[in-house]
Amino acid sequence: MASGIKDKVVILGMGCSKFGERWDSSPADLMVEAFEECLADAGIERNQIEAAWFGAGIDAFNVGSSAMPMSIALRLNYIPVTKVENMCATGTEAFRGAVYAVASGACDIALALGVEKLKDTGYGGLPQRTRGVENDMYWPNLSAPGAFAQLASGYRAKHKVNSDDLKRAMAHVSVKSHANGAKNPKAHLQREITEEQAINAPYIAEPIGLFDCCGVSDGSACAIVTTPEIAKSLGKENLVAVKALQLAVSNGTESGHISWDGSYLKTTRIASQRAYDEAGIRRPKKEITMTEVHDCFSITELVTMEDLQLADEGAGVKDVLDGAFDAEGSNPCQIDGGLKCFGHPIGASGLRMLYENYLQLQGRAGARQLSDPSLGLNHNLGGFPHQNICSISIVGPYD
Amino acid sequence: MKGITAYGVYLPRLRLNRQAMVESNAWFDSSLNGLGKGERSICNWDEDTITMAVEAGIDCLSALQDKSLSGLNLASTTAPFVDRQNSVLVAEAMNLNTQIRTMDIGSSQRAATSALIAGLESTRSGHNMMIASEHRRTKAGSRAEMLWGDGAAALTVGDDKVIAQCLAVATNAVDFVDHYRGEGSDFDYEWEERWIRDEGFMKFVPEAVSAVLESAGRVAAEIDHFILPTDQARTPAALAKQLGISPDAVVDNQIASVGVAGAAQPLILLAKALESALPGQLILLLGFGQGCDAILFQTTDRIERCRPDRGLSGALKNRREETNYHKFLSFNNLVERDIGKRGEVDKQTFLSGFNRRKDLLTGFIGGKCRACGTVQIPREKYCVNPECQALDSQDNFSFANQPGTVLTWTADRLTFDWSPPAYFGMVQFECGGKLMMDFTEVEEGMIDSGSRVSVHFRIRQFDAQRGFRKYFWKAVVES
Repeated sequence: MASGIKDKVVILGMGCSKFGERWDSSPADLMVEAFEECLADAGIERNQIEAAWFGAGIDAFNVGSSAMPMSIALRLNYIPVTKVENMCATGTEAFRGAVYAVASGACDIALALGVEKLKDTGYGGLPQRTRGVENDMYWPNLSAPGAFAQLASGYRAKHKVNSDDLKRAMAHVSVKSHANGAKNPKAHLQREITEEQAINAPYIAEPIGLFDCCGVSDGSACAIVTTPEIAKSLGKENLVAVKALQLAVSNGTESGHISWDGSYLKTTRIASQRAYDEAGIRRPKKEITMTEVHDCFSITELVTMEDLQLADEGAGVKDVLDGAFDAEGSNPCQIDGGLKCFGHPIGASGLRMLYENYLQLQGRAGARQLSDPSLGLNHNLGGFPHQNICSISIVGPYD
Repeated sequence: MKGITAYGVYLPRLRLNRQAMVESNAWFDSSLNGLGKGERSICNWDEDTITMAVEAGIDCLSALQDKSLSGLNLASTTAPFVDRQNSVLVAEAMNLNTQIRTMDIGSSQRAATSALIAGLESTRSGHNMMIASEHRRTKAGSRAEMLWGDGAAALTVGDDKVIAQCLAVATNAVDFVDHYRGEGSDFDYEWEERWIRDEGFMKFVPEAVSAVLESAGRVAAEIDHFILPTDQARTPAALAKQLGISPDAVVDNQIASVGVAGAAQPLILLAKALESALPGQLILLLGFGQGCDAILFQTTDRIERCRPDRGLSGALKNRREETNYHKFLSFNNLVERDIGKRGEVDKQTFLSGFNRRKDLLTGFIGGKCRACGTVQIPREKYCVNPECQALDSQDNFSFANQPGTVLTWTADRLTFDWSPPAYFGMVQFECGGKLMMDFTEVEEGMIDSGSRVSVHFRIRQFDAQRGFRKYFWKAVVES
């Protein structure tokens, strides 16, 4: 029986670039910005990094293939660098590679960095791109909002939810994230919005309107990880340890078998339960004190709270409207603004979420600092509701 | 000689209001004001000669008990491929067996009647399907644009269970150039209407009619249904009068409701006549173009028992008015629309990959697991049932005629579509199995989770750069 990752690896340092429409910044510029902050925070030299994992989601509009773009941009010392890509779970995947390397004893200090340059396409939204020779011949030409909007129709049908009620709850999700993002100087979108603005915004994909969509941003985030012993030997205090790292990847059941009804995310349910088991969490609602979930669209966040067991099944609308996930609620969600307002540079997002957990746990989150955070959960969802990749990471104080 | 054993029809659901066409064009040609009555059928952006042919063929098959065909001919002057036998694509979309004879016939407005004569005179046994389908492009503001329509019809010809026996055929082949479409040209070039009537119709049609009646030993006054496909509204009645055919026998060309569908018009009108004909009636079918084909049929007692699912009456009812003339221009690539950068993504079809997936893409074939009975689409190596996952366990299973319901859906305004918003979603088939699919022919407010759908062969994408087009199946919400 595997013992799991809990408390075997701690974060030595983290960095995160400003997210946004970084017209004048190249992917290398963004990487360096995050890396410099991370190195300074870790208090080590570049040459102490023994291995690195590099996450970038969309090659065609980003850095190209292979690990070389990062090794070159950061002038790494000919160390092993591995490129990872797993859609929106890419950043967490880079982190998982570095954490597993340290936990295995293969190296003492490892780097994980994610970057995405999305704003070189010439149009809004995520880049239009191929899904492979065969899929392109019959898949609908679905955009990301088009894919996730279907979660709303599935959820409405399953739980007999009125369209207006669901839309209002979706609006509340976005209003909350905008309020949080307004307190975050690195966030892409730092402006508060009203429920009416969210509800009345033009449709992108029914029932998803403009304000139900997350920011499409340029940005980079990174982490340096090591063992608790090494961190302590370097004089680090208030260590933030990895409690769980899980990944669940669709095997085609949701998209092709009648057992899935389109109202929830099967991978999220599986990965989160595995993560709770790995971290020894029995009562997620009580024990998880902050979440950064993959709010690519407001409906995704609402459904995800149920899939994470932070809301009862079918109670998401009520809990959202009751403010359970607001900054002052019982389970604050997206305290940094989330994908919605911090932004969503695909390959960086998982690491950006960890960055917020890390700051919160160290009491360094400034105006948005939570009073007594303990366990933080991060959730990424790559792909579409009917076939996707879900990553869950849980971090907390090293005991 | 053989006879007709079944018939079917397809008309695009969209009907363009002619007054809307006039309002956009009369500033340039005020004579169009006189043509601004009724409506014409127009292909949606994802319909063409092939997709309409498949629909007509399936409708025709619905009236046959024995659905095995010996051949399939496609008559059209607007087949999308110049070198790729279009009839084979139609046959594969209909999941016909690969041993059937196939042939494309084109180059004339009497392509369908000439193919029909060849089929009637053939000695080969079995049901031979003749499909005629037409989607002609016309210049903006032209008379042709006003009077023509898009559509398709299909017949089967055979010896057994005949609903209309062929009594005689005749042809006079004359290179009378009333119009032509030359190499490299998208549009017809026509001569004066009055000259075509006087020197064409009034001269060549009587010769063919006399020949066919003489051959059958019948007289003009006996004809119950007189079919002269033409966009000249008054010419059929004038000819009937000259020939001694009852004015009541003249089959209306449906200019007011559909428009004239080119090479498909003879078979559409024949299907119309067959739908209303009583046993023992005479039907005279003409095809005019570089001379004239004439075919004389007599209906049998079986005529009233043979009804396709749709037929012309069903096709006429399945209608949605379109008043946006510019949409018609866009759908027919008659205006250079700014399609946005998302529309610029390369649409190349990788032919080897296409060939591997042809069962799915053209035939809409999935699999049925021999181990657990689960039906699924697409068919993959392992069964999709999480309790089974057997390897190489699936037999072919056609989803092409399977009803389904909408599980999830959306109307996507971000992605590129020729007629936004793009509707798509997860379809759950009643037989089991489900697939994320495009929806077509959706009207706002008519779709929701639980809506019933049928599936239809449609254009998925155009690759303008390489002159290719992809087809796939889409879901249509049943009204």
